[in-house]
Formats: sequence, C-alpha cells, structure tokens
Amino acid sequence: MAGFDKVVSSYEEAMAGLTDGMTVIAGGFGLCGIPENLIAEIKRKNTKGLTLVSNNCGVDDFGLGILLPERQIKKIVASYVGENAEFERQMMNGELEVELTPQGTLAEKMRAGGAGIPAFYTATGYGTPVAKGKEEREFNGRHYILEPSIIGDFAIVKAWKADRYGNLVFRKTARNFNPLAATAGKITVVEVEEIVEPGDLDPDQIHTPGIYVNRLIKSTFEKRIEQRTTRPSATASA
Amino acid sequence: MALSREQIAQRVAQELKDGYYVNLGIGIPTLVANYVPADIEVMLQSENGLLGMGQFPTEEEIDADLINAGKQTVTMATGASIFDSAESFAMIRGGHVDLTVLGAFEVDVNGNIASYMIPGKLIKGMGGAMDLVAGADNIIVTMTHASKHGVSKLLTNCSLPLTGKGCIKKVLTDLAFIEIKNGKFYLIERAPGVTVEEIIKLTEGELVIPADVPEMQL
Repeated sequence: MAGFDKVVSSYEEAMAGLTDGMTVIAGGFGLCGIPENLIAEIKRKNTKGLTLVSNNCGVDDFGLGILLPERQIKKIVASYVGENAEFERQMMNGELEVELTPQGTLAEKMRAGGAGIPAFYTATGYGTPVAKGKEEREFNGRHYILEPSIIGDFAIVKAWKADRYGNLVFRKTARNFNPLAATAGKITVVEVEEIVEPGDLDPDQIHTPGIYVNRLIKSTFEKRIEQRTTRPSATASA
Repeated sequence: MALSREQIAQRVAQELKDGYYVNLGIGIPTLVANYVPADIEVMLQSENGLLGMGQFPTEEEIDADLINAGKQTVTMATGASIFDSAESFAMIRGGHVDLTVLGAFEVDVNGNIASYMIPGKLIKGMGGAMDLVAGADNIIVTMTHASKHGVSKLLTNCSLPLTGKGCIKKVLTDLAFIEIKNGKFYLIERAPGVTVEEIIKLTEGELVIPADVPEMQL
C-alpha cells in the first residue's frame, strides 16, 4: 500500500484485525447494498461475540443471517429484524441480544458517530419503550430523548464504484446506510464492483470522500432480491 | 358495509393534494398510490432513500439496487432523487414530508399510537415508524376499526407499547373517518351503509358524534 492507495488484494487482508467481541457497523437495507463478501469473510474467520449494527439482519442463508448458525453475533442493533428463522429462534431463547432502534435514529447514530458528535436529542421514541433509561429534555414545548451515537471497531460497506484512493460512488437505493457506516468505523472496509484510477471519477459526483476509507477491495456480487415485484410488460413482443 | 382494503386506500387518496410529498407505509397505505387523482401530482418518499418512487418494474427492468422500504423492487419516477438514510430521515424528522400514511394496532383519544410490538409475540421492530410519527404533522392512520373478535382498536388508552405519543390526529378505519382532538375522537364520516350505532359500539374511547355524519363518497 502506498500513499492514498487503499486497494487490498484479498478478503483476508480486508478484514485483518477483526477479533472476538468487536463492534461492526454494516451498510445495507434488507439485502440491498449489503457488503455480502465482507460478511462471508467474517463467517470464514469465525469471529465470535460480535456486536453488529445494521438496519436488518439478513435472511437465513444470505447477508448477516449467515453469521447466526455459529453464534458469531452476540448482540444486534437494528430497526427491523426477524426475516430469518434462526434469528427468531436465538432471540426467543435469549441467545441473541437485540436492541431495536428506530431507523432514522440508527442512521443518525452512525452519522453523528462519524462526525464526532457523542449524542443528540431526537423526538423519535419519546414516550415509547425506546426512551427507557434515556435522558429527556424539552425544547420549545416538545419532548426529546438523548440518543448516544455509535462508532464501530470496523465498518463494512458496499459501494458501486471507487477510485484507488477510496473515493466512493453508490448506485440507486443500494446507497442507504452505506455512506453513514463508512464514516463511523475505526477501520472502514469497502467492497466495490469497479475500481478506477484516481482522477477518473468526477470530484463533484463523489458520495463518500476517500478520507473515510481504510481498505478497498473489488469483487463480484450476487445481489439477491428479497421481494421480486413486477408489473406486466407492456412492450412484450408478440 | 365495512370498507375493503382498496376502499380505505381510495378514501385516503382523497386527502392527497397537488405537489404533496407523501410517505406510504407497508400494507393498506401502499395501495393509496393506485388512487392518486389524475389531475394532481404527488411524489412518494421511500425511507430507504428514494424520493419519487415509480411503479413496479417489468421483468426486464428489475434492478436489485432499486427497492422500496418494503424491500420490493420498484422503479423511479421522472424527477426522482436518491440519498442516504440519514438524509432520508432528515426529511421525515424535519417535517418536510407533507403526508404520512401508516398502519397501527391501536390508537387512543390522546393521539397515542401502538403499531410495532405485541409483548409475547415475535417483535420484528419499528423500522421507520417511530421517526415518521414523531416527525410528521399530517398523519393518517389506516386500520380496521376492531379486531376480528369485535375488540375496539380506538381506545381510551393504548394497551400495547407505543410507537409515538400524542402524534395522531386522523384515523381512517374500515367503518369511519375519525379525527382526534382535545382528548376525544370525533366522528367525521362513516363508511357507506355503516350506521353511527355500529361505530359507537366498536369505539371504546370517548366518541363525539356531530348532528350530521355524512357517508364517505368513494
């Protein structure tokens, strides 16, 4: 690695230093824009006792769900879970700690964590189970709760394109939590579909500047679809 | 006759105004998109990071990188924009979305809503619902008026853990259109063929009945 070149050549190198008990922030919404190969590498390494911060927890055989069978996840911080049978089983048996967090609060926790803001007030969750044990304060007659931000030992991110310096471009709704996760990792690892040379990306079109990125790897992606919904094709040939 | 899911969506669609940015929740709210009046333009916000959600794709158009908040494959409408999840909830929490439509298990006379958790059952999570109810001023809740066993969902006090406190002002059920103010339900309209008596019977919280309760026009 030289200068600002963030490219690594193996997944082993990409996730080097991840050890038992660490906190990992993962981008993705459902199965859209998830760092699927970095998750597979965590499975291969069999790192245990992890705290995962991600909007969802994948399905039984794809995404973060693949870390469940070997009990690699100790705790998950997510807004919506339970699309997988093994998750449900572990949660119901108390084997897996689940901290349900409102989606916008989760996104802001990552954003704030990456931006050096330790906590923030939000009206979201006031008067609900989410507010339990949290400081409450009134501003201009409205009630807010204090939410701590999140920083991960690792952040794992999926982007569309990058240059070798780690400047990132995301594609469509595969962006979701990824740019936020990228800012909030002590070590941020990004996998992409294409790596170009510095200067090949228009600086005005970069979504995440390379300063947030530590390691970059090119891969291929299955991109599994969770809910395949279609309309009839009007232009179908006879 | 109680309204069908489609008819609830149809009545909600009458509340849409030209130029509205709208967030539609999963279930009945999603159906509202099918009844946008032809003479107005609305833009649908999907909280996973899309403003200007289009219709479902054709088989050829399917793109794994383009889904809605229900994780369904979608397309983008002309003039759409894409953003990250923090930006998406800045729009929602910051009160920039003109109308939010979402489902619920229970609503009470103080505008409290319970919609995400039944203790003892599998808890999947609140997703974006807590942010939506905390951030939006104009919210319509859609739900059935009572359970299959005739237990009212319009209560004096929500019995389930709350999604939001004091944030709901309008509820459209399969029987009635109800507004919430001053700690009471107000009956605004009734579903075609449904009597005021039937609605009273299935409303547990205090219900104010005006002299005239018109039938909904669908």
